[in-house]
Amino acid sequence: MVRADVFVDGKYMGSSESPKKIVETIKEKRRTGNITEQINVAYHPHLEEVKVTTDIGRVRRPLIIIENGKSKFTDEVYENLKENKIKWSDLIKTGIIEYLDSEEEENSYIAIKEENVTKNHTHLELDPSTILGFSASFIPYAEYDRGDRVNYGAKMVGQSIGIFSTNFLERTDTKSNVMVYPQEPIVQTNAHKIINYQSHPNGMNLIIAVGCYEGYNIEDAVIINKSSLERGVLWSYLYRTYEAEQKRYLGGQEDKMGIPEAGIKGYMGEDAYKQLSEDGIINPEEKINNEGVLIGKMSPLRFLGTMDQFITGVENIRETSVKLRYGDKGIVDRVFLSESTEGNKIIKTVIRDLKVPEIGDKLASRHGQKGIIGLIVPAEDMPFTEEGIVPDIIFNPHGIPSRMTMGKLLEIIAGKVAALSGEKITSSIFNPVPENEIRSRLEKHGYNNDGKEKMFDGRTGEELESEIFIGNIFYQKLDHLVSNKIHARSRGPVTLLTKQPTEGRSKEGGLRLGEMEKDCLIAHGAALTLKERFDSDKTPVPICTECGFVAIEDKIKNKYFCTICGNSKITEIEISYAFKLMLDELKSMLIYPKIVMKEE
Amino acid sequence: MSKELQINYSNELPKKLLDEVNEVVKSKKLNASQKMKLLEEVKKTYLNSNYNPGDVIGILAAQSISEPATQMTMRTYHFAGTAGLKVTYGLPRLIEIFDAKKNPETPTMTILLKSSHNSAEGAKKFAENIVEKKIENAVDKVFINLNDSSIDIELIDKKKNNKAAQLINEGIKDIEAKTKGNKISIIFKGEINIKELTKIKEKIMLIHFEGIPNVINAIVRKENDDWVVNTVGTNLGSILERDEVNIQKTVTNDIQETANILGIEAARNLIISETMKTMQEQGLEVDIRHIMLLSDTITFDGGIMSIGRYGVAGAKSSVLSKAAFEETIKHLVKASIHKESDNFQGIFENVMIGQVIPSGTGMFDLIAKSEDDDE
Repeated sequence: MVRADVFVDGKYMGSSESPKKIVETIKEKRRTGNITEQINVAYHPHLEEVKVTTDIGRVRRPLIIIENGKSKFTDEVYENLKENKIKWSDLIKTGIIEYLDSEEEENSYIAIKEENVTKNHTHLELDPSTILGFSASFIPYAEYDRGDRVNYGAKMVGQSIGIFSTNFLERTDTKSNVMVYPQEPIVQTNAHKIINYQSHPNGMNLIIAVGCYEGYNIEDAVIINKSSLERGVLWSYLYRTYEAEQKRYLGGQEDKMGIPEAGIKGYMGEDAYKQLSEDGIINPEEKINNEGVLIGKMSPLRFLGTMDQFITGVENIRETSVKLRYGDKGIVDRVFLSESTEGNKIIKTVIRDLKVPEIGDKLASRHGQKGIIGLIVPAEDMPFTEEGIVPDIIFNPHGIPSRMTMGKLLEIIAGKVAALSGEKITSSIFNPVPENEIRSRLEKHGYNNDGKEKMFDGRTGEELESEIFIGNIFYQKLDHLVSNKIHARSRGPVTLLTKQPTEGRSKEGGLRLGEMEKDCLIAHGAALTLKERFDSDKTPVPICTECGFVAIEDKIKNKYFCTICGNSKITEIEISYAFKLMLDELKSMLIYPKIVMKEE
Repeated sequence: MSKELQINYSNELPKKLLDEVNEVVKSKKLNASQKMKLLEEVKKTYLNSNYNPGDVIGILAAQSISEPATQMTMRTYHFAGTAGLKVTYGLPRLIEIFDAKKNPETPTMTILLKSSHNSAEGAKKFAENIVEKKIENAVDKVFINLNDSSIDIELIDKKKNNKAAQLINEGIKDIEAKTKGNKISIIFKGEINIKELTKIKEKIMLIHFEGIPNVINAIVRKENDDWVVNTVGTNLGSILERDEVNIQKTVTNDIQETANILGIEAARNLIISETMKTMQEQGLEVDIRHIMLLSDTITFDGGIMSIGRYGVAGAKSSVLSKAAFEETIKHLVKASIHKESDNFQGIFENVMIGQVIPSGTGMFDLIAKSEDDDE
């Protein structure tokens, strides 16, 4: 007789001749409430193992129990639940619903819909839509989209700007976006109702026309109506928090808050601090621009013992004010004064910046259809329908065939019906409002059942040759705004070590011309262009003609000489500073890189 | 007049182009002046497509080959379920060629036959003949006789007993194999235990018996009008010795072997054809001249160099550019021990120190005669 091993939370507990009985007993006791409902048990016949799990951190999900092919969630239970006679916890206590973990799921046969239930089934999904995660469950008509599009759509729901938290005015997140006039979608799913969506919506209902406009919406770009923007479509605020702490250092020194005193190290001039009030903090509702000072602060010098303090008699402090990030602008929204856990004074300022959609901002519907704004068109130049309806956005039809997002098209028609009838349409996955119903309802309102309408060119007033598909759709603004990314440089800061340009927008850096780009210039034979691109760190270097080492310049005597051999026959050559650095490193490795020069 | 023209242009245009022009002239029935116009245009286009002095042909070839090769990784086709021989395709094969691997993953020969054997039966018989058989494939029964410490072998084809016995005698020392009736009896000189006996038995089983060594399998295929024998495993030397084989058309995909047997020029051509084949299988088009340059670079020193730090890249003369590529420390240490010098004549060294590169427009200088020189 084979005995099955019994494990509890991975620990061996003993063996049993009747593993199935153990499982049955535990399940029954759990369902009747004799033991905790948080226990899960599974029997793996191929391994002859019984696994009981009770540890923390398991992912569990609720399922309706089925016994003898019948769901335990009967109509009677449903009525009771509806009339608030029983609660969710009662369902678990009475063994109608139970939570399974991944281990026990392996022993279960779960039906997706009630009509599919057979005698072999052990559980039933609460709803077919539980197949989706949080973000994906906000996509209406998701079952009409290709699977990967739902995936992309869900990812972009996570990037959308809305009201992420109702207390955003009290919060000091480092960076947060808040939409100004967000709306609840008129075509929605059950998920919107379940999670109290009204308190944190993430987009707006817009009128969309599917068509082209002068080629400004090729490659997924969208055209947007200027008047819509002026009415507040997709506006958002960017909040950014800047923080300063009054730190204490060893030896009794501490930071000093206030307007920096003239003459200290790093002082930027009186003008830079004129927006600060007496306490060195900027006032709310003050406009501030690129690298402006928000909080005035002075700190002790980092290294003591430099000669400077004795020679010049300057006070032993430097300027460490908190400045706005490079490229940012905005208005001071709030100022917080507080204390850190160590008792230091903390100042937080929140800057707000209004982001009106502009060319290059990223928009997306909920079906994995993203695009950037390609052109902002005045309303009078936009196409209009017979009734005078002007779309907010024009979406390029080429985005549809290869991506096959039929859900988007259905949402547009459904949105049109919802807007005309004044009722929201709820269309969850696997339980949609049927296409036929939507179409017939649209027809009842006096429109074509395919959503197409006769339209006129706004510039000429002429009727457009073909009918245009137009309707309402929920659009999101994603957190990829050009104004936070735009960057260019011609001259600017360099790094100390290599004398090459810095990297990154926040440091006003250059764009790297990489190895492969270099190869392209060589392949074109553009020798001088190549030299120009790579001379960002060129330096004149004095070289000793005798020993080939880098010589030095004595500025006081205005003389060049070699420190190695004392020779004063020096030639100056122009090389990249990075190469000079390499020569130094070779020397530190005891390799003698001798530079031999030829007369030209 | 046309003859004169022909002579004039034959110095400036390749023969193939002239032939093509003549064909067009014939089919379109152009007269002499039209033909001259055409030749003039052809010449212009031809000269335009030439490389100019200072063009960086190496980098152009590298880019022209490697750009399609990046696409190759993304869409490597799999021939699932197709019958026939397994051959390395796509990027793995390209890497194999350029790395000058000693033993290709799937060595194979494509054998064409002389017209006398170019038939279904002839090819089939030939294919059966060349597949290598070891003793174990020819054996019917083997006995180990413990009484007198001997091994008895019975072959399927008893007529070959003598041959087998001879091969065994040649193959293994200290034994004597003799034909006895329809058996081969193997007797050992001196004492032997069972362990050694079984070891020797296994050794005997692996002795080459007939066919061509290394040819594991051979498949007959009809290609256009010819019967082609494809093999798994390659042994070009022995195959070319067979009378049935069309020596001119038979090839292997083992570049090293081709170089050993047919010479380095043949290996160069094989690299070109194999690379082109691999590219075309993937639906990628690369101009053959790029691959010819690469192939010449690989083979110009008479052997097959790999592209990489032990081959072409390792043969660079500049210390700095070798150190910048791979194994920096090794090259720097070597250079400092041997007091090597870098003359800054290559491209990469000059990019490194920020000088004008000696190629493209940077290759030329303007030499002006000053008035002082005249005096």
